[in-house]
Amino acid sequence: MKSLGVRAGILSVVLFFAFCLVWQIAVTPSASSGPALDPEYAKLMGITTAGAQSAMPGPVEVAGKLWDALKDPFYDNGPNDKGLGLQLAYSIGRVAIGYGLAVLVAVPLGFLIGMSALAYRALDPFIQVLKPISPLAWMPLALYTIKDSNLSAIFVIFICSVWPMLLNTAFGVGAVRKEWLNVARTLEVGPWRRAFTVILPAAAPTILTGMRISIGIAWLVIVAAEMLVGGTGIGYFVWNEWNNLSIANVIVGILMIGVVGMVLDLILARLQRRVTFPE
Amino acid sequence: MAEQNPKFISIEGISRRYPKREGGVTTIFEDLWLQVARGEFVCIIGHSGCGKTSVLNILSGLEAPTDGAVIVDGQAIEGPSLDRAVIFQGHALLPWKSVMGNVAYAVSSRWRRAGKAEVEERARRFIDLVGLKGSEMKKPAELSGGMRQRVGIARALSIEPKILLMDEPFSALDALTRGTLQDEVRRICTRTGQTVVMITHDVDEAIYLADKIVLMTNGPEAQIAEVVENPLPKDRARDSVHRAADYYPLRNHLVDFLVSRSRTFRDDKPAGYDPRHPPVVRIGTGAPAADIAPAPALAAGAP
Ligand SMILES: Nc1ncnc2c1ncn2[C@@H]1O[C@H](COP(=O)(O)OP(=O)(O)OP(=O)(O)O)[C@@H](O)[C@H]1O
Ligand SMILES: [Mg+2]
Repeated sequence: MKSLGVRAGILSVVLFFAFCLVWQIAVTPSASSGPALDPEYAKLMGITTAGAQSAMPGPVEVAGKLWDALKDPFYDNGPNDKGLGLQLAYSIGRVAIGYGLAVLVAVPLGFLIGMSALAYRALDPFIQVLKPISPLAWMPLALYTIKDSNLSAIFVIFICSVWPMLLNTAFGVGAVRKEWLNVARTLEVGPWRRAFTVILPAAAPTILTGMRISIGIAWLVIVAAEMLVGGTGIGYFVWNEWNNLSIANVIVGILMIGVVGMVLDLILARLQRRVTFPE
Repeated sequence: MAEQNPKFISIEGISRRYPKREGGVTTIFEDLWLQVARGEFVCIIGHSGCGKTSVLNILSGLEAPTDGAVIVDGQAIEGPSLDRAVIFQGHALLPWKSVMGNVAYAVSSRWRRAGKAEVEERARRFIDLVGLKGSEMKKPAELSGGMRQRVGIARALSIEPKILLMDEPFSALDALTRGTLQDEVRRICTRTGQTVVMITHDVDEAIYLADKIVLMTNGPEAQIAEVVENPLPKDRARDSVHRAADYYPLRNHLVDFLVSRSRTFRDDKPAGYDPRHPPVVRIGTGAPAADIAPAPALAAGAP
């Protein structure tokens, strides 16, 4: 009997190949549909197809493009032709800056809000109104005030990642068990030491949950933001390849967005596991 | 033991009141007076809800009394202090720290300038003392209930407090573990002459551990009905304590109090009852204590 992990792995591989097979069959033009239609249709679409090829690429073609992209990920031939790795690096860089700033603001602020019932009550209405705003709705305001598309994208990342972290930090800090605080009090631990040795570790799992939600949202939003502001980044890449009608490259872009998103989540999940304690 | 200061801890007319939801105030207890000498082991027993934890929280400084004050060693309590260690009912270990981490946290809070090696050396000594050698690196979640309570004891003792405060420290444990831990606490406290105030529900625990047993009446408006001196020899042993001549009279007296007098005391006070000087009672063969107030009715009737 093989372990569950091995069996699940085998099933995953089988499913993957089955999916590719169905995909391939779906995009292969059937003989009965008549070759006469294809060039006509192709002409309509403005593509100069050589022979009977569907506009929708098959898995083999996508795999080829993916290989091309991975072979030379960091080339730079001007604004409209950059390597996939370079585009991803732009996106990750923006997310890192916007998200990093959000951490720096949200965690200390959440700490204060969580410690003070007054601050919590006073700021709650603002947070409740600001939180549900789609981050992209800020874009015009950001472009108008900041007047820089790159900084505006970073701002949008900041604004979308800040809320889950702020709320989770405030909640985690507010929910620290009273008996742990009493331990610190009976040991005459000062406020700073108490914050770092009792409240922070006690609230860390909740804070990390917020950070994990935020990184997921940030990665969703950066793609949309880059499609809007253009220039560089994986969102721009996907949009640009759509304008080039290179569906294969669009699919490669989509795939990479998924992979990077997964990696970001895995990193946060690992951090979360590190600070989680069993009770 | 060193010469006793009979007023090492002096509880002076403390009360605790809470506002009622529908207006007015509930008085949990009021005008409570009690003295504890240095090196004494005092148990407070009373029914659930009579305010024992509130008294202990006031002694620890975690809560302030509504009225009155507590003087320790000549100084009024104004907040929590490293001089008074607390063993909490729910162990209250920090779950993200190991056994060593929990004890070392207390040690480094007490001696802020001590080096890491020094702190760990000291923490290790107290971990050994409560019999947890080899479990230093375990997290509280990996320990049994008894082991967790031992860590709590090690943490409290490691800061060398002047006073040890315990709130039903063994009530969540099975009888066997409870017995072992009682033995250990007794051994450590008698050897070091530790001043202890402990809350318990358990009459036998009080008889085995305490020098004085404080009886609280039922709340609200709970009072200290009397202070019972333990007539059993100081070097009593667990396996023979119940054979002492005074054991059953003492036990019966305590049980009688919990069963009926804790309820009826308020309406049936002994003549001349003065909350400032709750009657001190000595059961059985021993002579009555020197500063006995009016002879309590029931004690006289005890066999
Ligand atoms: N914050 C509060 N507000 C109102 N009433 C309270 C509050 N805290 C405690 N009380 C009341 O004070 C009384 C005494 O509580 P306390 O916890 O001291 O009892 P206890 O003697 O320790 O009981 P137990 O043996 O069950 O632990 C209870 O009746 C409780 O309802
Ligand atoms: Mg209690």
